[in-house]
Amino acid sequence: MSDVKKFMFVNRKAPYGTIYALESLEVVLITAAFDQDVSLAFLDDGVYQLKKGQQTKGIEIKNFSPTYRALEDYDINKLYVEKEALEARGLSAEDLIVDVSVVSRAEMGKLMDEQDVVLSF
Amino acid sequence: MLHIVNKSPLSSSTLESCMNTAVGGDILLIEDAVYAATAGNAFESKLRAAMGRFKVYALQPDLEARGMGDKLMDGVTAVDHGGFVDLAASNKNCQSWL
Repeated sequence: MSDVKKFMFVNRKAPYGTIYALESLEVVLITAAFDQDVSLAFLDDGVYQLKKGQQTKGIEIKNFSPTYRALEDYDINKLYVEKEALEARGLSAEDLIVDVSVVSRAEMGKLMDEQDVVLSF
Repeated sequence: MLHIVNKSPLSSSTLESCMNTAVGGDILLIEDAVYAATAGNAFESKLRAAMGRFKVYALQPDLEARGMGDKLMDGVTAVDHGGFVDLAASNKNCQSWL
């Protein structure tokens, strides 16, 4: 009936300092209900969203990082993380709360170029 | 003077402007600025270079919220909210670099 489109959510902001990371996650979960081809990209400070061990009690903000682990229950399995962004922050894939595909900046650019819709946060 | 910075050093020039402009004193890193004080980040060497002129602090609850409680680089002092108040009280004035 309807065509499946490729949607990519581009996350470039750290969590908590601004509302972008949480808002992106909310829209991702909504999109999951529409059976589209959804992928998430994490670059620049966006990679911090996936850092393991977030403990937000001291700042009295909800820790939404466990939600990334629930994405697979919504058939969202394409999580791409920019290698250069991780390295610039002293992080590696082992520091992240979910399994991701680590891709180079050049590969990330190609993935973006393949999309029908790109939503930026 | 106490200089308070709340922006990530890798997405904003705020901390760099602060360090390049201020003559010295205390720098307190809060919110996304705490990433500047995490081991292995690309801004680490610039922060370290400024430590001769500044005493650098980072807000522990903001480090913990970001999963960075165990990644604080050497030479930066972690403070809690009470320590934030002490810094504000012990300096003759403060400046928030927004």
